[in-house]
Amino acid sequence: MTINSTARCPFSGMPAAIDEPAEQRIEAPVMDVDPFDEATLASPYAMHERLREADGDVVYIPAYDIYAVARYDAVRETLENWQHFSSAAGVGLANFNSEKPWRAPSLLLEADPPQHDAPRAALEKILGARKLRRYHDEWRQTAHELLGGLLNDGTTVSNDGAVELDAVTEISEVYPLSVFPDAVGLQQEGRANLLPYGNFAFNAFGPRNRLVTDDLETIGPVFEWIGNQCPREALNEDGFGDDIWRAADQRHITEEQAPLIVRSLLTAGVDTTVYGISAVLYHLASNPDQYARLRENPQLVRRVFEEALRLESPVQTFFRTTTTEVTIGGTTLPENQKVLMFLGAANRDPRRWENPDAFDLTRDPSGHLAFGSGVHQCVGQHVARLEASCVMEALIERVERIEFIAPPQRHINNTLIGWDSLPIRFVPA
Amino acid sequence: MAMQTATRTDQLVIVDRIQRSTSVTEFVLERADGSRLPDWAPGAHIDVVLPSGKIRQYSLCGDRWTPHQYRIAVQREHDGTGGSVEIHEDVQLGDVVSFGGPRNNFRLAPAQHYRFIAGGIGITAVLPMIEQAEKLNLEWQLLYLGKTADRMAYRHLADHYPGRVTMHTSTDNGRASIRQWLGDLPEDTMVYACGPETMLEALPEECPDLPKHFLRTERFTNTLADATVSSEPYEIELYRSGKVINALGTTPVIDALSQAGVSVITSCSKGVCGTCEVDVVSGEIDHRDAILDDDERAANTCMFPCVSRALSKRLVLDL
Ligand code: HEM
Repeated sequence: MTINSTARCPFSGMPAAIDEPAEQRIEAPVMDVDPFDEATLASPYAMHERLREADGDVVYIPAYDIYAVARYDAVRETLENWQHFSSAAGVGLANFNSEKPWRAPSLLLEADPPQHDAPRAALEKILGARKLRRYHDEWRQTAHELLGGLLNDGTTVSNDGAVELDAVTEISEVYPLSVFPDAVGLQQEGRANLLPYGNFAFNAFGPRNRLVTDDLETIGPVFEWIGNQCPREALNEDGFGDDIWRAADQRHITEEQAPLIVRSLLTAGVDTTVYGISAVLYHLASNPDQYARLRENPQLVRRVFEEALRLESPVQTFFRTTTTEVTIGGTTLPENQKVLMFLGAANRDPRRWENPDAFDLTRDPSGHLAFGSGVHQCVGQHVARLEASCVMEALIERVERIEFIAPPQRHINNTLIGWDSLPIRFVPA
Repeated sequence: MAMQTATRTDQLVIVDRIQRSTSVTEFVLERADGSRLPDWAPGAHIDVVLPSGKIRQYSLCGDRWTPHQYRIAVQREHDGTGGSVEIHEDVQLGDVVSFGGPRNNFRLAPAQHYRFIAGGIGITAVLPMIEQAEKLNLEWQLLYLGKTADRMAYRHLADHYPGRVTMHTSTDNGRASIRQWLGDLPEDTMVYACGPETMLEALPEECPDLPKHFLRTERFTNTLADATVSSEPYEIELYRSGKVINALGTTPVIDALSQAGVSVITSCSKGVCGTCEVDVVSGEIDHRDAILDDDERAANTCMFPCVSRALSKRLVLDL
């Protein structure tokens, strides 16, 4: 078996597979695919189907010397079984057991119990659904102001008052940045660093391809700014950031942990919601009948978001590393192997979902894996839901129809899937 | 590890019963299909619904690297509220009980040193903490208090961890001086204590110099002591539509809702994430989640239907 040259740590450039796999017998079906090829990143669906329909719950991808799971049950099992599938060795391609991480590992995402316990418990409290209620009114108001402004000031194109705009640059990228950094308690200056940082961090879970190397030269100051926002002095009182420091005061976490936990919010809390809101807008624009249905039944906003997340799965993939020899669906994997989990493929697995590719508001999307599952399940999910419902509530009140005016443009990232541009027309209500 | 399909049953089978001392029995519980149980961490307890419908809380004292199994230990209290006698006498191998949680009000926060103080059966909460400190290679000491040695179920700890465990029996030696035992604490020491109320009440005086957040205690105030869970069917009334749905006593509210075509979005389906919260207009709730604290439970105003059910005959939900 050969190791493809792409299987290298994105930062050290060292080969990823250190354990000599020469005698390793691969039990899983061997798949000749490249999940990080740019065309595949832009449209992974054909590859997903090949992986799901391969002869086994787990497959082997020689291009990166990794195993992969794409069927719903196998992905869910791998996500939940932290005892056998470790996050501490990194949730990207790099194996921290043998490669140096590009930054200090996350205390949440890249940690296993017991180290994971305290940071997770602290953040769960701070970002709990009940704690977020205090933001409802303000975030709703902000969404109304944003959409109201676009409808008033946008380029009006016809006598029905329709307005043309790019939903990505004018809504998805704007709204989260107008609510989340304030809620964290960040200073005003430098917030433009948040999106490039997230984009880089999510690229860095993949191989050292162009998506990573193109940014290496410019990313330094972005890192620096992010690092400078994490100490207590940098954070306003009365935000999630300060809440994290208070958890240290009460000794739920240590003072050394606090800045890294703040960093988790800055890495995982912005790009993801931008992509989530884009997913909603894309599917509502693509399905006018479902948009009409939503306008008639505003209580469907929550379901719209979950169904859009199921179909889009903005976070497409994460890795785990086997802690011991382990068997998935009859296939045995050796210890210390990287396993790539295709959340997006699981969320369209016909074994689990009827008519999986349809955006269907009559289905119950509960159980989708777009937020993961188990001890690492997205701790920011209520933030994401609140942002998305505020945008939708303002939208259905003000906009009667959403139509595409040009084909949407994909944004490519090694981990995330989303849009660079969604050119649409709003017909006001 | 074998592939398992997701399962949500809260029915646990007693797969082992181990007599640990004259008064303490350990019970090992698993689902009939051997599937993973909800995750937990040291300090967690589960609510166990006994065959009579009585609800009792027991610390999990097993190993979370064995994810399909829970282990609890119960001290037989003749003057107790009947739960401990029932589980000792009436719950046999192969019997089924149901559970809620796990919940955790006694989390092990990170520190360099730990001092554990266990009074009687309070040792059960401490056992996984000791395991964890060992796993993380941290220095720890245990003061294990009991009336007589033969009642102390885990006295072998002293042999297993030489130099770390101090046993103290009050029948022969009177009351222990916790202050003396603690001595001068090294920097970054957290003190965890679980035991009878009298022991816990005295603690702050026993360690006057310890900053308050470095002392953690767990008491079993059984707020649900009087409640009994019935497995009789109950009714769910949807306040906004007036619709009434019949529910089986043995399944969570979400099952009845989805069968009736009422969809509430769930995410973790284990009572952990809080996505499915529903406001409750009236009726008493059989809470099985890991989110609400005792006060929030007692307020009886909201519930997590993915795991919780009704204690009363009718539950009115704001749906
Ligand atoms: C639609 C938006 C979002 C999506 C699709 C998403 C997706 C995910 C996924 C799939 C995981 C699991 C990772 C794993 O299992 O290894 C995760 C974890 C995480 N998410 Fe999100 N997320 C979103 C929004 C947010 C927001 C808004 C925040 C912060 C406020 C956030 C913070 C985190 C953190 C800190 C973790 C790590 C949790 C842990 O490891 O315990 N996410 N997210």
